Amino acid sequence: MGSRASTLLRDEEIEEIKKETGFSHSQITRLYSRFTSLDKGENGTLCREDFQRIPELAINPLGDRIINAFFPEGEDQVNFRGFMRTLAHFRPIDDHEKNKDPNVSEPLNSRNNKLLFAFRLYDLDKDDKISRDELLQVLRMMVGVNISDDQLGSIADRTIQEADQDGDSFISFTEFIKTANTSLEPWARLPGTTLHHCHC
Amino acid sequence: MEDFGKIVFSAFIVWFTLVVGLIMLPAMFGISLGITEVYMKVLVKTLEWATLRIQRGSTEQQKPTTLVSNGIILRDDGSMEKEIADLRKGRSRPQINGEFELSDIFYFSKKGFESIVEDEVTQRFTSEELVSWNLLTRSNNNFQYISLRISIIWVLGVFIRYCILLPLRVTLAMIGLSWLVIGASLVGLLPNNRLKNWLSELVHLMCYRICARGLSATICYHNKENRPMKGGICVANHTSPIDIVILANDGCYAMVGQEHGGLLGIIQRAIVKACPHVWFERSEMKDRNLVTKRLRNHVADKAKLPILIFPEGTCINNTSVMMFKKGSFEIGGTIYPVAIKYDPRFGDAFWNSAKYNMVSYLIRMMTSWAIVCDVWYLPAMNRQEEESAVQFANRVKAAIARQGGLVDLSWDGGLKRAKVKDAYKEEQQKSYSKMIVGDHSS
Repeated sequence: MGSRASTLLRDEEIEEIKKETGFSHSQITRLYSRFTSLDKGENGTLCREDFQRIPELAINPLGDRIINAFFPEGEDQVNFRGFMRTLAHFRPIDDHEKNKDPNVSEPLNSRNNKLLFAFRLYDLDKDDKISRDELLQVLRMMVGVNISDDQLGSIADRTIQEADQDGDSFISFTEFIKTANTSLEPWARLPGTTLHHCHC
Repeated sequence: MEDFGKIVFSAFIVWFTLVVGLIMLPAMFGISLGITEVYMKVLVKTLEWATLRIQRGSTEQQKPTTLVSNGIILRDDGSMEKEIADLRKGRSRPQINGEFELSDIFYFSKKGFESIVEDEVTQRFTSEELVSWNLLTRSNNNFQYISLRISIIWVLGVFIRYCILLPLRVTLAMIGLSWLVIGASLVGLLPNNRLKNWLSELVHLMCYRICARGLSATICYHNKENRPMKGGICVANHTSPIDIVILANDGCYAMVGQEHGGLLGIIQRAIVKACPHVWFERSEMKDRNLVTKRLRNHVADKAKLPILIFPEGTCINNTSVMMFKKGSFEIGGTIYPVAIKYDPRFGDAFWNSAKYNMVSYLIRMMTSWAIVCDVWYLPAMNRQEEESAVQFANRVKAAIARQGGLVDLSWDGGLKRAKVKDAYKEEQQKSYSKMIVGDHSS
């Protein structure tokens, strides 16, 4: 069978990544194959240009923000571990994880962490609240030049008004969770998790 | 020393005669002695056996066996409107159309993540992954020692391919190309008449047949009744320069292209003496009008051979068909679409020009097991009255993709090297703006 390029990825590393992210063995090897194919410089890390080369990502209005999420503070390169850690937010929530021992730390792809991740896409300065400016910035990215500043401003004001409950004109994470109450399940189904999520 | 020299010399003569007698001469006249068929049968049996052994080997080692699906993630194919509406369903408030929701961001971030994990475009510019190893090192991403027998077969394979097949194929290729240059130049000395055309076609066909043998090419032509006629334009999907050899084995075409220097230039100049091909200088290629005009003139002359064009403009890895440039579809004239599909088990025909130059590519070709492909001639198509060139191009592309079992993409093959246009991002922004502003105009 077509086993993928795991020659450079040692088994211990795969185990560590599995523990940390919850991806299965085969998913990790496939994602490693993807990582190496994006790594045009062949130095084991990805830079922002490597992501920009993906046309579907380059035309995504929030493309730059999403790419930024992969890079730790102030850095320009991300290695495979970091890549997987960020992608782990994307993994669908498995049923058998929902009844886990509450003492074990929350998996990266828990509902809470997914919402936190989305919150951070808005909250650029990481002060744990979304300001009107930050909201405007994201709105501007998503609509381009098609809406005037005034109209966008009123949309932002209306959103903050609805979400803000403690009256500080910012949206905190708790307020965000209440407002952005979506089912989240449409978020990416990996067939691998349903095929062999037991014998990892 | 002298004796040794004599032995080597006579061995060479014997080998050369065998090559000429058993391979070249039959090839020139389109007859097959059946040697290639036997080779292919043995090859198929060996590869099937190897596949089974590898499968057994991996289950014994208890590696998790994944079905190599065509993708690693399941994507929702819904439109932006539908998916954002789905995301908003969780809201307790009633939905008002024309509103922004904080959860809208999930749509874009989900699409972004999906494209990072797997996207439709970048995978087309590298060779296709095989379901099972075909005993070539180059297609092996993870060489695991499966069994002694597989390794022995592999070593044997390397010996056969590099020490027996490669010299043979190189000889044939050289004979074929020299014959083309010499033959075409000789034919070019004749005055323009029917005899010249007939001889020119003969020379071309013979030489391409020799070259095809030089690659151990097994080609299956389907629907020969739809073969391109004179005064038409033949369009096909592009995977490698070998496409030309594949198509020219079964008919004569007028080539279109840029003038090159070196060996390729010599060939170009020689064959244009025998029959009119369309060669452009580099500066002329930039002038779209000039190009269209020359091609239009060629097509208008019903006595001239059909032009062969690859509208994708670049080599794609034979799993999909990418955007067809509309230029070829503005010329007028009947379009004869052709679909070419290579069988990747026997050799990877895709030319990854970023990774390999022409010479290393040809050596890779000549050290593969064989080139096996199917060619389908599709019924001729003409541009309809209200159809634009772009719509016509897409229609032809869809037909070719459908026939060849390829994915039909609208992405531009030029994305191999160039950045994507901002216009696509702006389209998305526009659609989203409509959603949050609603139907009442601002």
